[in-house]
Amino acid sequence: MTLARRIIACLDVRDGRVVKGTRFRDHQDMGGITELAARYSAEGVDELVFYDITASPQGRRVDVDWIDRVAREIDIPFCVAGGISSVEDARAVLLAGADKVSVNTPATRRPELVAELAREFGSQCVVVGVDSLRDEDGQWRIRQLTGDPDATRALNTTTLAWVERVQELGAGEVVLNAMGSDGVRQGYDVEQLRAVRQVCGVPLIASGGAGSAQHFIDVFREADVDGALAAGVFHSGELAIEDLKRQLQVAGIEVRLDDSSAAVAP
Amino acid sequence: MGRPRVALVDSGGTNIGSVRYALDRIGADARLTSDPADILAADRVILPGVGAAGAGMRRLRQAGLVDVLHQVEQPLLGVCLGMQLLFERSAEDGGTECLGLLAGEVVPIPRAPGLRVPHMGWNTLTALREDPLTAGLADGSRAYFVHSYAVPVTPDTVLTTEHSGTWSAVVRHGNRWGAQFHPERSARTGARLLRDFVLEVAP
Repeated sequence: MTLARRIIACLDVRDGRVVKGTRFRDHQDMGGITELAARYSAEGVDELVFYDITASPQGRRVDVDWIDRVAREIDIPFCVAGGISSVEDARAVLLAGADKVSVNTPATRRPELVAELAREFGSQCVVVGVDSLRDEDGQWRIRQLTGDPDATRALNTTTLAWVERVQELGAGEVVLNAMGSDGVRQGYDVEQLRAVRQVCGVPLIASGGAGSAQHFIDVFREADVDGALAAGVFHSGELAIEDLKRQLQVAGIEVRLDDSSAAVAP
Repeated sequence: MGRPRVALVDSGGTNIGSVRYALDRIGADARLTSDPADILAADRVILPGVGAAGAGMRRLRQAGLVDVLHQVEQPLLGVCLGMQLLFERSAEDGGTECLGLLAGEVVPIPRAPGLRVPHMGWNTLTALREDPLTAGLADGSRAYFVHSYAVPVTPDTVLTTEHSGTWSAVVRHGNRWGAQFHPERSARTGARLLRDFVLEVAP
């Protein structure tokens, strides 16, 4: 295959700034959105996800001014997550220049939202984020409202059934966030991702647990995911995008490296 | 000579803003328009597009732009769905009659083990022949694709890409070009293609 595995950086956005911290507490300001977007883009990341953490839990909408600024600045694809619960929300975000929208809790509340978005904008614009955790009976089940630990709810829907359902509804991509491994940097949840891969015919993105280049190698090799998303390990500077991609290339994994240079010979 | 004037045909797709910003970055004077006089007076015409073929053609018909696009004699570039609409018909939406500016049909990408549909991500470009639009692109350059339907290789194919088959990535016939990938989201490769479309290809 010649399609590159994607390396995706996730930036949490609050009140027009990039923040980091444990998802909803103790936020540290990381800088301006466009500056960080431009930096990651120049470093060779394949895609960016902006998670608007101001938007979702309080029912506020995504502010589109910064989306427009990002669209002017960068020339790689980006997705906006957080606070999108209707076709009109999605339209505003896409018209501001985002390439995709990602829906999570609103889709668990009203799954038809996924179908409405796919009909209106095409499946290629519609990403479904899935927050998943293994329960005591050994089943993975989805969670909603995971942005706020006090509000998070466990649902009865199994993760595998949900991934099948959202594809039937028209999802063009699934981001599987394994909550059990999120934030601890011990590696992606390869076992769970491999199980999800079996039922997922659209692109599947691994999220949660990246701490080293080896973790990326493992998840691409063992779970056959199309992309791997990370936040902390990139933001801290521990893992530079270009170094990561070189290591993936050495491991025999298709990646996009520098795209400059000479002309195509037919 | 002033900046080249680029008419971005308002086909209602959501990537129009991104295409305009990409043209701004390379110094072109890009204007979003559905006015026939504007389109016919521009130095270059771009038909962007995201979404489904049926809705895309409906919008062009409603805006009265089908005949206008047939009258365009200056270089015309269709992007993503905009490229697919240049062909005779698409299998999408139960079969859609398209513009018929290029010969050929748009077909679904077959599902195959280990290959996902939509074809989404950075894939490599392979040249079948030389063309001024693609002269600046390195062999094996990667561009960002997002699509579930595709144009097979035709006599007009300039660059191909592979994903569950070999598909047209760039096509050209006379003054009509198409790019299946998104140049506005394909980093330097895409910027170079847009620059060369605006500055290099001769009318």
